Amino acid sequence: MAKVSMTVNGQNVTRDVEPRTLLVEFLRQHLDLTGTHVGCDTSQCGACVVHLDGRSVKACTMLAVQCEGAKVMTIEGLAQNGELHPMQAAFREHHGLQCGFCTPGMIMSAIDLVQHNPSPSEDEIRHWLEGNLCRCTGYHNIVKAIKAGAASMGG
Amino acid sequence: MAENGIGASVRRKEDYRFITGGGQYVDDINRPGQAYAYFLRSPHAHAAIRGIDASQALAAPGVLAVLTGDDVKAAGWGGLICGWMVKSKDGSDMKAGPHPILCQGKARYVGDPVAMVVAETYLQAKDAAELVEVDYDVLPACVATDKADQPGQPQVHDGIANNAVYNWELGDKAAVDAAIAAAAHVTKLDFVNNRLVPNAMEPRAAIGDYDRASNGFTLHTTSQNPHVARLVISAFVGVAPEHKLRVIAPDVGGGFGSKIFIYNEECACLLASRMVRRPVKWTAERSESFVSDAHGRDHVTHAELAMDRDGRFTALRVHTKANMGAYLSTFASCVPTYLYATLLAGQYKTPAIYCEVDAVYTNTTPVDAYRGAGRPEATFLLETIVETAAKELGVDPAELRRRNFIEPSAFPYQTPVALVYDIGNYGAHLDKALELADYAGFAGRRAKSEARGKLRGVGFSCYIEACGIAPSAVVGSLGAGVGLWESAKIRFTHTGVCQVLTGTHTHGQGHETTFAQLIADKLGVPIDNVEVVHGDTDKTPVGMGTYGSRSLAVGGQAIVNAAEKIIAKGKKIAAHLLEAAEADIEFQNGSFTVKGTDRSKSLGEVVFEAYVPHHIPQGLVEPGMEETAFYDPANFTYPSGTYICEVEVDQDTGVVEIDRFVAVDDFGKVINPMIVEGQVHGGLAQGIGQALIEGCVYDEAGQLLSASYMDYCMPRADGLPDFQIATTETPCTHNTLGVKGCGEAGAIGSPPAVMNAITDAIGVRVSMPATPEKVWRALQNRQMPQAAE
Ligand code: FES
Ligand code: FES
Repeated sequence: MAKVSMTVNGQNVTRDVEPRTLLVEFLRQHLDLTGTHVGCDTSQCGACVVHLDGRSVKACTMLAVQCEGAKVMTIEGLAQNGELHPMQAAFREHHGLQCGFCTPGMIMSAIDLVQHNPSPSEDEIRHWLEGNLCRCTGYHNIVKAIKAGAASMGG
Repeated sequence: MAENGIGASVRRKEDYRFITGGGQYVDDINRPGQAYAYFLRSPHAHAAIRGIDASQALAAPGVLAVLTGDDVKAAGWGGLICGWMVKSKDGSDMKAGPHPILCQGKARYVGDPVAMVVAETYLQAKDAAELVEVDYDVLPACVATDKADQPGQPQVHDGIANNAVYNWELGDKAAVDAAIAAAAHVTKLDFVNNRLVPNAMEPRAAIGDYDRASNGFTLHTTSQNPHVARLVISAFVGVAPEHKLRVIAPDVGGGFGSKIFIYNEECACLLASRMVRRPVKWTAERSESFVSDAHGRDHVTHAELAMDRDGRFTALRVHTKANMGAYLSTFASCVPTYLYATLLAGQYKTPAIYCEVDAVYTNTTPVDAYRGAGRPEATFLLETIVETAAKELGVDPAELRRRNFIEPSAFPYQTPVALVYDIGNYGAHLDKALELADYAGFAGRRAKSEARGKLRGVGFSCYIEACGIAPSAVVGSLGAGVGLWESAKIRFTHTGVCQVLTGTHTHGQGHETTFAQLIADKLGVPIDNVEVVHGDTDKTPVGMGTYGSRSLAVGGQAIVNAAEKIIAKGKKIAAHLLEAAEADIEFQNGSFTVKGTDRSKSLGEVVFEAYVPHHIPQGLVEPGMEETAFYDPANFTYPSGTYICEVEVDQDTGVVEIDRFVAVDDFGKVINPMIVEGQVHGGLAQGIGQALIEGCVYDEAGQLLSASYMDYCMPRADGLPDFQIATTETPCTHNTLGVKGCGEAGAIGSPPAVMNAITDAIGVRVSMPATPEKVWRALQNRQMPQAAE
């Protein structure tokens, strides 16, 4: 067992974990933050995307112990005082989700895009999403939602 | 229109929990004391199992049990079943080989579950599985669809000769043969409809939970139809009587057909739970999903379309071989028969159609319904052969179609393949699509592409589908083991909250919103006061679930019928309260009013009175306000549409780029246009995926080579166009909503549009998926004149 400490959605957490525990397992099983999903075992679907020190990472592709001391933000940490993050609101407004399984990863990924490209074009959005699979929406409305989300984030 | 009622693009009620990480999918649920399961699967496509030694695994840390086929046998449990009896031409029953929960003596496909390891943690179970020693005798495998029933092929099931499941036929063979012999022109084509993996983003999962006190089970599972799961697991697997088995399908992350079926793993979790006396949870890894979720499509077909001198279709003859995989999955048998051949009339008045289908076993993952299920295969065939015929005749493909359309005045229209279309207007969506796609400007765009060294092509698809599945008596006469009606219960509480309990299941379709809109429209209840409940056999009335674009056309109509009962009862109460005759009470916008007066009672007041019946005389009505309706449709519904795809092909790389995609659909009345468009988008993406990039590849030994997202190409955001979507409307004639269903259309209609566009661009046909390599090779060969055809 290894002791690991990090900040998750603003809370300090410390747990004893098997060294091979993935960040996504740590979040889902040890912290019961089940909004971060697992859709594949080859690091391709992006259902598990979270923010690590402000940048998007695939939580299935990191060990929890690699995140020692880091600041992790998951989908559960986005809304503040019951107020949706503009990107969350945009997904709802533009029907950017159907079954919702890819959605947390899409939203976390989209926010990272906007953080370093405040007003992405449709092409840039589509290109950025190459690491996120959605089987339901055909991406059409996800792209629209991200565009609108970027605008309301102030881009 | 009531606010947020029928026709409004209401934002979805269910979204809040999904966008905040609050969804509750099966893997998000943990039961106290839960153990974990890992399935050891056959690495061989075909092997005799001489023995299984689990002793080392049992001694590994954390291991609670190792189950094999013997444990299932010892429990007296049976196997999985196929619920639709299809008979061969000679009248004999289809040949269903036994489908054990865990292999018994033989493994029949790569991924067939051989043993189940249960441990304190998932990783302990997975580690211990490596210690289970299975003595395999590897056998040659039967893999290829078109060769499976040839002599000398390995036999998948003992006693089932030539791997033949059935040899089925539909239509008038003599009439078709005669028409083809007399035809002015016959277009002949061979087709392969590529095998696909459904790939819902949420992997399948199950938690089996045995309760000693009641001797009953609770199963949490990723299901599109929990009541059907309960029925099959109870009545056929024999786990427990139905009332001792509760099936809960909570939030489900996409289904597309793959979560209709009853699978080995969920049954095994129930048995394991009873053995270890703890809840047992299993969640598929994606690699397992690839080999164990039922696949889709996989047809090899020869078809001939006969025409007279004017290009009027006179007959269609089709022979298909359909791969069922190693076992008959839950509804596998009806997909290449009653959901396929019955659609071969398409939008055309072809007078004679004959279809023969040979279904075969192979040593591959079972194949069953995947978005569209049979109807995409029929549409691909028909719309490709029609387009090819147009080219051969030198007629514009839109014009040839129009010439053969069933006219709007001809409905109801009896096709030669069993269905009666109730309504449609095919010219209307063709016209609209031609306009939206700027078909008139195509020649100019093609010239521009050519100037840049690119090849441009345009392709059509005018699809029809039969959905709103299904009139029970009709499907019963065709072999279905169940009725396909749907149920709904509307329950008001004292305070006027309206619960809608539905037998359908939502896993992305937005029922929580659409069904609330029906209530808003019919009963005037604000949608925020409506709660849609589904997915729990202990809560909802028995229902048949969600597939075949049936939820609104069948389940929605059941809700409306229940609402009518609420109104009828409410009128009695209101009449008494308002001291008027019941016949004089009108219900509108949530109020009961005495005709011609302003005297009224709101639905809320009436509901309150129903629960607190202080002013209701004995015997007027029963207290309470809760009504149930079961609705069995009179016919299928027949959405139709025209899709036009325009592609540009890079001659140097073979890369196909979709320049525009226009989809005009007639879904009848639309309840929530936003949701309907979303359904079309998703269907189109899957259909375009099938056409361009998706496909299963098995090697000769039966190894699935395309078994991960690194090998199986999924549509991604940067490979899809912005879709142009529109609708036309002919309301369904046999439900009061006028709705038809929209969930599958995109996947049904799009593959031929894309493929026809590619053929138009490069001048030769390639098979799906039209990968850059295939297209490039076709272009290289084309340059050699003798290989041009
Ligand atoms: S689960 Fe992390 S990329 Fe698929
Ligand atoms: S919404 Fe279902 S996978 Fe994206």
